Amino acid sequence: MMADGALSDLIRVLADRCTGCEACVGVCPTGAIEMREGVAWIGDACNLCRACVSTCPAEAIEVAATARAEAAEGRGVWVFVEHRRGQVAPVVYELLGQARGLAETLGTKVSAVLAGEGVASGAGAAADPVAGEGAGPLAAELIARGADEVLVVDDPALADLREEPVATALADLVRERKPEIFLFGATALGRSLAPRLAARLGTGLTADCTGLDIDPGRRILVQTRPAFGGNLMAVVVCPHHRPQMATARPRVFRPLAPDASRRGEVITFPVDGSRLLSRTRLLDYAEEVTEMVKLEDADIIVAGGRGLGGAEHFSLLFELARLLGGAVGASRAAVDAGWIPYYHQVGQTGKTVAPKVYIAVGISGAIQHLAGMSSADVIVAINKNPQAPIFKVANYGIVGDLFAVIPALIEAIKRRRS
Amino acid sequence: MRIIVLIKQVPESTEVRINPETNTLIREGVKSIINPFDTYALEEGVLIKERLGGTVVVMTMGPPQAREALQDAIALGADEAILLSDRAFAGADTLATSRALAAAVRKLEPYDLIICGKQAIDGDTAQVGPEVAEFLDIPHVTYVRKVRELEPGRAVVERMVEGAVETVEMSLPGLITVVKDINQPRIPSLKGIMKARRATIPVWTPADVGLPEEVVGLRGSPTAVEKVFVPQVERRGEVIEGSPEEVAEVLLSRLQSVGVL
Ligand SMILES: Cc1cc2nc3c(=O)[nH]c(=O)nc-3n(C[C@H](O)[C@H](O)[C@H](O)COP(=O)(O)OP(=O)(O)OC[C@H]3O[C@@H](n4cnc5c(N)ncnc54)[C@H](O)[C@@H]3O)c2cc1C
Repeated sequence: MMADGALSDLIRVLADRCTGCEACVGVCPTGAIEMREGVAWIGDACNLCRACVSTCPAEAIEVAATARAEAAEGRGVWVFVEHRRGQVAPVVYELLGQARGLAETLGTKVSAVLAGEGVASGAGAAADPVAGEGAGPLAAELIARGADEVLVVDDPALADLREEPVATALADLVRERKPEIFLFGATALGRSLAPRLAARLGTGLTADCTGLDIDPGRRILVQTRPAFGGNLMAVVVCPHHRPQMATARPRVFRPLAPDASRRGEVITFPVDGSRLLSRTRLLDYAEEVTEMVKLEDADIIVAGGRGLGGAEHFSLLFELARLLGGAVGASRAAVDAGWIPYYHQVGQTGKTVAPKVYIAVGISGAIQHLAGMSSADVIVAINKNPQAPIFKVANYGIVGDLFAVIPALIEAIKRRRS
Repeated sequence: MRIIVLIKQVPESTEVRINPETNTLIREGVKSIINPFDTYALEEGVLIKERLGGTVVVMTMGPPQAREALQDAIALGADEAILLSDRAFAGADTLATSRALAAAVRKLEPYDLIICGKQAIDGDTAQVGPEVAEFLDIPHVTYVRKVRELEPGRAVVERMVEGAVETVEMSLPGLITVVKDINQPRIPSLKGIMKARRATIPVWTPADVGLPEEVVGLRGSPTAVEKVFVPQVERRGEVIEGSPEEVAEVLLSRLQSVGVL
């Protein structure tokens, strides 16, 4: 049966294939699917997310193809170099590392795209591409981290990397050199600049990716990203437009160890500064002096729950977190008891975090708490009660008294450091 | 000041749970709401109107039922609402969404400021604001936590970036996307609810905003979601046993060997 709703020409159920298993009904995030006479029926609430398409065991749901463009052309994997005060953002090295693998599969080059004011100093003149060795410090480091070439655009109008002039400069470069892939860090700057550039180029942009791979058969970039607050993973492609653009989440991909013996080219592009207009201007940049690492940004979180038994015991967790360079989180029970302020709360009604390590101390692991932290890479649970649900999601479980285990952990870390 | 607020209707909860028997998603209460970040965008628009005078126009692109979100917005202080809705708009990625919204905004010129939420809690891309600004050829600032100064032609805003706050001056017309720190959204007034009930909300199609159907919706979208899946939460855990000193040592070496310490 065809959906007779607004979307009938875009998505449809093949009635002869539908087995009536209702798997699609459960998977639909907008509740758009119902059963009519034993066959799935898709209503107007459908947003074409394709959850049902990939779930249907009978392959009974079809979606029309997306936008077509001229044969997608272009070669090369580009990485945008975010930098501030002469420091390259770490995500750039992570992306260069990932880009190397992509470029090798594609049989092409990795280019680091360096825009800014004064970035070319010593980076090599336009007419004289030089080896990595003779390049300026930024370019040399980019080559050591995996770039085959560094494309440099240098102009006072590119100071502070304002979105508009940088997008103009990058759009010119893209049109001239036609890369097939262009990657940005999913930072405040990357998530502001990349969409501007994508709209200017009329191409697709996949947000905040945690997976980037090549499908060699189709020669396209396969991009995996969390959506619905991390509750769902989506695989996104941009088959017919170039470049395929993505922002990638920091601290997901691994940087290569710097290799000073790598060689690469530095190519500086002339630019007409009068075209690089910006209608925004940075008046001030003030670092936020926060004593603790922000919970959402922390690589390591030590979180406490009801098992802590009182406000005073949180100091143990603060000490452990400080030693590990992490932040302190809490379950709702601990916050409701008034032991720790609300901004430490992790879970459905608190913050959603995705650290590398989440150490849950005296937390039972109610589903609402798990919703806020289950995407941590590694979960450690320390709890007296072996039946606590937290152990179901933990990679490492310690059944024991936190007042013995945490001090032992603190001592063990101090011993290793000294 | 003429302010345009872009809002998206989203499912109330993004929590997805798995039915262990069928291994499928369970979604309860698929009630639709205004994207939470957009309620801050709307509140900021209404606050500016109350301070400086002017009008707030709220706009969404979505299925026919997205009208409810617009009515809610009127109840919260918006003066006018416009719904972009047509089968041709369906299945849009951020590029096609932004292209349609920008074309509709052009019909509302002149305006001073467009306000968006930081991101939608379902799509989670945060791309629509900057893309709309690019299509309209106006400046934009993302992650705004405070509008410090606002006058015809010029604004000064505070923007949150990694570990720092930027103060940015921008020319107007311009677009900002806002974070939750910016204000505390009000609850609808009785008067507002009455007004929302009576409001007539025009519905615009691609033709109404001057766009051919090939450049909006699924057909105008360069990206496609090929597949979605639920990230695995169950883990095969290792239980570490022994004295407190022993478990501490074992745990630290495990964490080191998996490269997280
Ligand atoms: C699982 C999944 C993954 C997706 N991944 C991508 C992707 O990587 N790239 C991509 O291009 N598309 C993607 N999409 C499509 C995308 O969700 C839609 O294009 C959507 O219409 C806008 O994107 P968003 O929800 O991310 O909004 P955001 O860009 O996060 O929204 C930011 C702000 O823009 C305004 N806004 C957003 N949508 C509307 C609207 N319809 N009407 C009025 N104002 C609006 C609101 O102020 C909102 O706060 C994905 C969709 C799904 C279901």
